[in-house]
Amino acid sequence: MVDVAIIGGGVIGASVAYALCRYDLSVILLEKENDVALGATRANSGIVHAGYDPPPGSLMARLNVDGNAKMPALCRDLDVLFEPCGSLVVAFGPKEDAVIRTLYERGVKNGVPGLSVVDRPGVLSMEPNLSPEVTGALWAPSAGIVNPWDLCIAMCEVFIRNGGEVRISSEVTQTESSDDGWILHLPNGRVRARYVVNTAGLYSDEVHAQVSPPDFRILPARGQYFLLDKREGERVHRVLFSCPSEDTKGVLITRTAHGNLIVGPTKESVPDKEDTATTAEGLAEIRKKALRMVDSIRFRDNIANFSGIRANTDRDDFIIRAVPGVNHYVEAAGIKSPGLASAPAIGEYVVDRLREIGLSTVQKQSVTDHPDALTRRVVRFNRMTDEQRAALVVSDPAYGRVVCRCETVTEGEVLDAIRSPLPARTLDAIKRRTAAGLGRCQGGFCGPRIAALLAEELRIPPTEMIKDRPGSYIFTGPTKGGPDEI
Amino acid sequence: MKSDLVIIGAGPAGLAAAAQAYKEGVRDILLLERDNEPGGILNQCIHNGFGLHIYKEELTGPEYAERAFRELDETSVRFMPDTMVLSVSPDRRISAVSRTEGLIRIEAGSVILAMGCRERTRGAISIPGDRPSGILTAGAAQRYVNIEGCMVGRRVVLLGSGDIGLIMARRMTLEGARVLACVELMPFSGGLTRNIVQCLQDYDIPLLLSHTITGIRGRKRLEAVTVSKVDESLRPIPGTETELDCDTLLLSVGLIPENELSRGAGVELDPRTGGPTVTDDTQTSVPGIFACGNVLHVHDLVDNVTLEARKAGRAAARFLFSATREDIAETKDVRSSKKSPDPSARPVLRLTSDENILYTVPQAFSSELSDQTVDIYFRVKKILRDCDILLVDPDGTVLRRVYREYMTPGEMEKLTLSSSMLTARSARSLTLTIRPGEETSHD
Repeated sequence: MVDVAIIGGGVIGASVAYALCRYDLSVILLEKENDVALGATRANSGIVHAGYDPPPGSLMARLNVDGNAKMPALCRDLDVLFEPCGSLVVAFGPKEDAVIRTLYERGVKNGVPGLSVVDRPGVLSMEPNLSPEVTGALWAPSAGIVNPWDLCIAMCEVFIRNGGEVRISSEVTQTESSDDGWILHLPNGRVRARYVVNTAGLYSDEVHAQVSPPDFRILPARGQYFLLDKREGERVHRVLFSCPSEDTKGVLITRTAHGNLIVGPTKESVPDKEDTATTAEGLAEIRKKALRMVDSIRFRDNIANFSGIRANTDRDDFIIRAVPGVNHYVEAAGIKSPGLASAPAIGEYVVDRLREIGLSTVQKQSVTDHPDALTRRVVRFNRMTDEQRAALVVSDPAYGRVVCRCETVTEGEVLDAIRSPLPARTLDAIKRRTAAGLGRCQGGFCGPRIAALLAEELRIPPTEMIKDRPGSYIFTGPTKGGPDEI
Repeated sequence: MKSDLVIIGAGPAGLAAAAQAYKEGVRDILLLERDNEPGGILNQCIHNGFGLHIYKEELTGPEYAERAFRELDETSVRFMPDTMVLSVSPDRRISAVSRTEGLIRIEAGSVILAMGCRERTRGAISIPGDRPSGILTAGAAQRYVNIEGCMVGRRVVLLGSGDIGLIMARRMTLEGARVLACVELMPFSGGLTRNIVQCLQDYDIPLLLSHTITGIRGRKRLEAVTVSKVDESLRPIPGTETELDCDTLLLSVGLIPENELSRGAGVELDPRTGGPTVTDDTQTSVPGIFACGNVLHVHDLVDNVTLEARKAGRAAARFLFSATREDIAETKDVRSSKKSPDPSARPVLRLTSDENILYTVPQAFSSELSDQTVDIYFRVKKILRDCDILLVDPDGTVLRRVYREYMTPGEMEKLTLSSSMLTARSARSLTLTIRPGEETSHD
């Protein structure tokens, strides 16, 4: 029997786990996939929105501005890549200038700090590569960019280090009420919990339906992206949004936390929550819109296209509440954009809801005694000075072998990922933790080396190696006359 | 530490450059290799066909690498494997890292860039669709199959007809896989004719010219690809789609010189080759930094890499010795030479080319042509038959004219000139131009 079971290991579930791990509680996080951060957290723009978009007075507005304010310190504590680069919504023409003024006023009402409307020369001096046809922009200095997967993984790792459990490949198929709480049915067993938190993202409506008649519906919205070589990363210096309007949905152009240029997304409603395909039409549309803003983007330096599915709903706001008429059950559902920016605030907001329905929270002695208990440090060779690198290799020679040449990731970092509290078991899991394979050669060089390291560490034959989900095998067997035959 | 000559990369280019520089009298040579053995990509090229020009016999890739490495026996070249170069500065300061040596800083008298190239990926051509496993570049597949001993699939489609792709089509077939088709966007193959014959035709693998892949299906492992015909502007033609069930898609869609370090060193790059702009002695725009092999431009034959690398080794030696002579009064130390020849002081003869030519290497000639002859390497953009290749100066004088019956983009062309012909010119530029007799798409 645990005190709290969290269903869903995206950035929202992780933020709840992170918020709970300081208290003297037993908590388990259940994830249906073979790693955390595989839903909407996996593929999105990575923007820490400032908070001028949501309607004033909404929960979204409040949590966005609050989460945005908490993000820098959180990322510092967790050693997550974050850059407070600010954002510009750029306008072309008087109609869009008016939209920007509306956004400005909304932002001021929402309490967004530092907002200002910049004129044409102002915005061109900030972003010289913008089209000279720009007429003005909304400048939001508090916006930023973050690595969403790493934020999720880091919170989970700290949660585990403080006594929490993350159980992967554990889809909750049935939620049964019991005298003292809940029984969650998993493919391989059951978990009993006094309280349950539903942070199942795209599936939060289905998980909700296990305990109560559905009163909202997830409307999956696909967003397609281009990810360009780091060489293009300097094309813009801040997050650039095109102006939203009635007839066209905006796109954004920004550097990612890793230094690439990301361009996207589309916004298409798709019936299938797993349909992360890209389409020729979708990509062409993004390209066209982006080039209207910055015509010098070199799309020939594209290194990957991908899609993410956002958990949009038929509601205007986030749905974060103790589910009415259901005991000991809280949900954070339909966390659409700006969900990532809001995440640092959502965890604590959910804990408040749990308290309201009776969960008692007493800080752990171990956390009181060791403030560092809630922080994390990782080795990132490519971000170090030569002096730091020299010392690092002396401490462990594995950091002296570079396995991923594009992102300069060392064998030591890959081993760290495999041996971490939330161990990487697939090539993509290593990519999310270390950036190895994320670069311009897309794993062509490091793939074989990392596969060999994984096989050795996990003591599995290479043929059992998978890229991502179960079934995404990499090898079909040994070659003729391979080591098995000799 | 200090070194007269640092060579980055111990593939065929780095190995030949090192051997040549030693022959020219350079003794303090450091050869840095990120892998644990020399040879570079040759180690995974277990097929034969290497060395016909250089060693006068047909070798496999590993055999060629071994020959090239053995040329360093009895020399003072210091080979450092498992060493990754992290940066090169314009004043030739190198930082590198290795397990055994830790972080290494080297002040180099001269540098030869020989890092090779990398493969273009699915992203570079934005193939839409799902993102399953089973989609990989031909070179990565080659490593898995030939070095790791792991089969990457059973039913294979190949996109692109570059040489590595063609070789892998045969290799996969010999390993028991079924290669359903080689799909090529262009109306001609980008590979060597001999590979089309020996790797596709000999195994009845269809070559679908003017086709491309417009869809990928499979959420876990690849299940199928959509193949479409393309029009003359290379756009997919709606209605021509066919789906091929396969578990593997190999990509052979181009190679890009690996110039991240060159860029950091401030070396000027040629957008056509993707490699440094060089003069005939392989010197880049940064004095004392030379480039050879696939980091300079993508070669068709390793023999040509070796020849180019020897030129680089010679030129680096010359650079070191001339720097020494100039500085001898002040210091005897080659490395502390601050008096690098000023590139603006070197009058150069620019080489331009017409629209039939994809690129030329070199892009310019230095005024001090020290070899008897100079070679111009170039590739054409499309298949050309019965044409004259002309080297002309601005007033229209034809310096050299040669006839070619057939030229294809997959094969590198070479034009050899005598140096005296160039040194006598007063013009600042020359143009390489082709007068085709007749052109066809493909037969």
